[in-house]
Amino acid sequence: MKYRSVFEIIGPVMIGPSSSHTAGAARIGRVARDLFGRQPEWAKIHLYGSFAETYKGHGTDVAIIGGLLDYDTFDERIKTAFEDAAALGMTFEFIPEEEEADHPNTAKIVIGDSQGEMELVGISIGGGTMEVTELNGFPLRLSGHFPALLVVHDDRSGVIANVSNAIASQGMNIAHMEVGRKEKGKMALMVIEVDQMFDETLINELKSLPNVTQVSTLAN
Amino acid sequence: MEVLFGTVKELVALAETQNKSISEIMIEQEMQMTRRSREEIVAQMENNLSVMESAVEQGLQGVKSTSGLTGGDAVLIQNYIKSGKSLSGDLILDAVSKAVATNEVNAAMGMICATPTAGAAGIVPGTLFAVKDKLNPTREQMVNYLFTSGAFGFVVANNASISGAAGGCQAETGSAASMAAAAIVEMAGGTPQQSAEAFSIVMKNMLGLVCDPVAGLVEVPCVKRNAMGAAKALVGADMALAGVVSRIPTDEVIEAMHRIGQSMPSALRETAKGGLAATPTGKALEAEIFGKDKTSRDAVNS
Repeated sequence: MKYRSVFEIIGPVMIGPSSSHTAGAARIGRVARDLFGRQPEWAKIHLYGSFAETYKGHGTDVAIIGGLLDYDTFDERIKTAFEDAAALGMTFEFIPEEEEADHPNTAKIVIGDSQGEMELVGISIGGGTMEVTELNGFPLRLSGHFPALLVVHDDRSGVIANVSNAIASQGMNIAHMEVGRKEKGKMALMVIEVDQMFDETLINELKSLPNVTQVSTLAN
Repeated sequence: MEVLFGTVKELVALAETQNKSISEIMIEQEMQMTRRSREEIVAQMENNLSVMESAVEQGLQGVKSTSGLTGGDAVLIQNYIKSGKSLSGDLILDAVSKAVATNEVNAAMGMICATPTAGAAGIVPGTLFAVKDKLNPTREQMVNYLFTSGAFGFVVANNASISGAAGGCQAETGSAASMAAAAIVEMAGGTPQQSAEAFSIVMKNMLGLVCDPVAGLVEVPCVKRNAMGAAKALVGADMALAGVVSRIPTDEVIEAMHRIGQSMPSALRETAKGGLAATPTGKALEAEIFGKDKTSRDAVNS
């Protein structure tokens, strides 16, 4: 099921003009910011397919920047996102790409600051619903429907078991989980969608586990 | 969590065997899927209803988009209704004007509720606020109108598409008009099966509709397609209430829409490269709005 809730059909409440190009784009930007964990200082946004063709007329550009500023789809400040970003000292650049992506509404968002960088690929699948398809080069499927944990770790035996045990010990249920790695024995990523919200205790516990290098969260 | 229905056939069967309305089945599924209370779910839908109401009111005051391509037509149609000369009937034209009002607000970057998308956001509220004056529904019945629309839209979204970029305008205004027709039937006292018939009759008449927005904006022809979608929704609902049935079952109509969308060339799926967007005037308007050529338009922000 791509869509799970009636409010994905009747909704979202949003600033026009396009649910996929404005609201979906704002959500991709906001998820990127959530996963980055703080306000980025700069952003490079690559647009593909229909996004690349029509982003200005649809307000896709202001919507993505609005999302990076943590604005929701119905936040009227989306209209002034460029000015708001400038006021915060965030620089940004839009790069429409010629090359075809798998989905017609695809954005690759590269954001960063003095402490680090992050790259996220998101697709807007219609009606304001989006999915994250790639994070820092790792392919994944993240709907944004559920609270999610993203655990970057070294590809060693036992790490996955330790992480899932920590989650189970909080009485939490895993709704969906994916593990990807770039190369055997090197950096790997666990994407875990859970049914309930998690708290700082769990995040700190995960961070303290051996071979875990980074934990990001996505609240829904 | 298991969904209660994934097809219109299942949806209608559930309503019939449990002697419930389509809207009630949708609410129950939402409760099961999201583990939220009925109160929370109904309250959220009421909020959506209020947003729709405000957008209609705002549009009827007259708005103008930044491009200047759209705005003010809702007011023209209302004035025409008042002149008493309307041929197609005041109720249909009222729905048309309220659909246009919503989409004019959307084009002007105002606040709307996507139903199922922003580009098609006029049809469900436009028909609802027009029919309201004739059927005098309670607030609860108006909220249920949105749940019934949503139930049908849920099936379309999961089995076909509600995105113009993926499936053309048939997936956006086509879905919205069909959803509205099904909801009008329920509000007017029709059966769940009659809702499904109304949905099919309207969807069949939106098949093949391409997504060809001039200059890539959700304005031309989107606003007027919402107008016609609202008119079709009312006529389709009336046909179903009269006892007319669709020879092709609803789920097969949805499947046909999906296949048509998949075989549509990308030039006709929201890329602004074909159809009305590619006409000499469409191109001229694009140049007027974004500058001489697309290259300069893209360069503005780099």
